[in-house]
Parts: sequence; structure tokens; C-alpha cells
Amino acid sequence: MTSGAEILASVLLLIGLAFTLLGSVGLVRFPDFYTRMHAPTKATTLGVSSMALAAVLVIPGGIVAVLMKALTIIAFLFLTAPIGAHMMARAARSGGIAPCEETRIDEMPTEPVGEDDGGHPAG
Amino acid sequence: MTSFFLFVLLMLAALILVYLYRVAQGPTVFDRVLGLNGISTKSILMLIVIGVVYDRVDMFVDIATGYALLNLAGALAIAKYLEQRGAV
Repeated sequence: MTSGAEILASVLLLIGLAFTLLGSVGLVRFPDFYTRMHAPTKATTLGVSSMALAAVLVIPGGIVAVLMKALTIIAFLFLTAPIGAHMMARAARSGGIAPCEETRIDEMPTEPVGEDDGGHPAG
Repeated sequence: MTSFFLFVLLMLAALILVYLYRVAQGPTVFDRVLGLNGISTKSILMLIVIGVVYDRVDMFVDIATGYALLNLAGALAIAKYLEQRGAV
């Protein structure tokens, strides 16, 4: 009854669900904004890729076109999830959100250089 | 197999509640934006799983791609706005 592709799809679905669950746990439990952002961003890419591959595995027929679409959305998310996270972290850092006390390395310059702040006075 | 996908769909809907907790509770406005971003990602996942349940994966993957594009544009716009607005 259950073929090998369905078993593989079930395993991929469970992997994606586990990553998504871990991202949610990190979003609730981590101490400051930067660590909270770190957890679901990684859960996004791995969860979406494994679930899209599981969806491709179980559909009957015409698999190449759907596989190409799934690979497109996977590549898009692998490219754009770090960009969005980087923009959010940069906005938070220049907005004065302090990291937690355990943070050891802080490479952000205190005065942002070469940045148009929309004409606002410094400080 | 469809019932298993329905189970995954329900679990994703339950995980959205966790993200809604961060949206409602988040100490800073960035946490709220982060929670909304995660809810959009869960919507992409749910669209793909709904496509499997309705046997139209080809169509729903396209919708999910469009939703991912909207998600990126919204996240970049909000991040740029918050960066230019300055401190919270």
C-alpha cells in the first residue's frame, strides 16, 4: 500500500515539521532579539525545502515541472531569508536594541558610516 | 497519506499560535515584525501542504512563490522604515 516514495515523503515532512517546531521554540525561549531572529530564519529554509520536496514526491505524474517550481521556491528562500534577517538585524542594531549580556563579539561600529539616515540629525 | 498531510497542516496552524504569542508579547517592535515574518513563512508551508491535499501542487506552489515574494518585499520595507525612523 505505502510505496517507498510515500515513506520518504513522510520522513521529509517530519523533518520539516521538527525544524519548524525547533524554530518556534527558539523564538519563544531565546533571551534577546538577535538570538530570537536566528532560530526561525534557519527553520524557514530547511522547513520549506524539505516540505516542498515531500510535496513533489507524493504527486502522481508530471513530476518534472512541479520539481522545477519547487526548486525555484527553495532557491528563492535560500537567497532571500538571510537578506531579510540581515536587514532586520541592522535596523535593530542601529535602532538601539542591545544584545544580551552574554554577547562576546560586537563588530558593528558605534557610528554607522556611509548611511543615508533620511536627513535626521545625528544622535 | 492525505490524512498525514492534514495532520501536518494542523500542526503548522498550531505553530502559528506560537508566533502570535511573540507578536503580541514581543518587547520591541522588531520582535513583532519577526513574528509576522515567521507567520508568512508558515503560510507558505501551509499552501504547499494544502496543494498536496487538494491534488493541485503545481498551482499552489506558484501561489506560495508569490507569497514568498510579497513576504520579502514587506520585510525589507518594514526594516528600512524602522531603520530610518531611529530608536524605538
